[in-house]
Amino acid sequence: MKQPGLNRTGRHSIGKFAAGMSTALALFLFSAVPSIILFSAVPSLAVNPDEVLPDPVLESRARAISSEVRCLVCQNESIDSSNAELAKDLRLIVRERLVAGDSDQQVFDYLVARYGDFVLLRPPVRPETYVLWFGPAVVFVLGVIAVGFYFTRQKRRFAADTPLPLSVGERQRLEQLLADAPQDEMTQRPSSSSDQATGRTGTGKPKS
Amino acid sequence: MLRKSIFFLPILTFFVVGGYFYWGLDPNRNPASIPSVMIDKDVPVFDLPRLEGSGVVGFGSDDLRQGTVTLVNAFSSWCLPCLAEHPVLTELAKRNGIRLYGINYKDKPEDAAAWLREHGNPYARIGADTSGRVAIDWGVYGVPETYVVDGNGRIRYRHIGPLDLAAMNEIILPLISELKP
Repeated sequence: MKQPGLNRTGRHSIGKFAAGMSTALALFLFSAVPSIILFSAVPSLAVNPDEVLPDPVLESRARAISSEVRCLVCQNESIDSSNAELAKDLRLIVRERLVAGDSDQQVFDYLVARYGDFVLLRPPVRPETYVLWFGPAVVFVLGVIAVGFYFTRQKRRFAADTPLPLSVGERQRLEQLLADAPQDEMTQRPSSSSDQATGRTGTGKPKS
Repeated sequence: MLRKSIFFLPILTFFVVGGYFYWGLDPNRNPASIPSVMIDKDVPVFDLPRLEGSGVVGFGSDDLRQGTVTLVNAFSSWCLPCLAEHPVLTELAKRNGIRLYGINYKDKPEDAAAWLREHGNPYARIGADTSGRVAIDWGVYGVPETYVVDGNGRIRYRHIGPLDLAAMNEIILPLISELKP
């Protein structure tokens, strides 16, 4: 790209340059930043080379399972990312079970039989966990209903607050008053007489 | 009426959030203790070899189905809390009619034997679980852990972490006398 401002069509080239820059920036933000975040996580993984299975298909299944299994020592980590001794043992067990021909579900069942549902980072959907899984959606729906209710009520109240249109007699009286009023009095009327003149008696709104 | 009741919402929110904080900050709650799924289940099938140099034999699942209540304690020489509970276990083992078996978890036999020589061996039998696999079958996720196994080889209670006198007097001993035939 040309240096901006060096030729006669400097303005134009600056514009192009800026547009190119912003496109590049957008591309960077949308592609580079997430991938930097994703790939910078890779070196921190705890899986040792000697644990890795020779079969890449089994290994990828083992990795997928491991990332769903809680390390019971450092409880907010998966065994895939934990350096705890027990996590290493469990990683090896996961791989052994897979090599022995277990399905993914059988591996999970094997671990749950020993450590309970707690070992699963993704809690199973069961009647006991319905509140956990569906609670937020229920609260959201209730919130939407509450907000909707609030706005319809407010709209109805706003409609009720709008004064009724003037009747024919009232309109005539108003026109008469406006015609009679001298110009200077219209602008500099003392507040007491103003109250009298614009009193709400003639608006047709029922007194409450 | 409905409009007025909305003013109670902050109070309600306070009590709900406060309730969670109260639960979360309760000093008696141990966030590391995970309920065992092995309670009221048969002990896993295993057969552990003897710990070399300990002077006692190993044991397996069949040895826990002999009609006697057994305390099974997972321990290691490298585990400091195990040393902390050691006097309590020694005290328990002295009592009449209490069987204490040990699972030596991921330890070097020579280290474990030296540790037992130095501090005394309260265990009637010790199985060497060098790989830690048997302990995983029991649902052990750290040492020390203590299981109460009834005479039919069924796990009745699990204690996480070092046993103290309170746990011994208030939980373990009453349970043992309850399970005794």
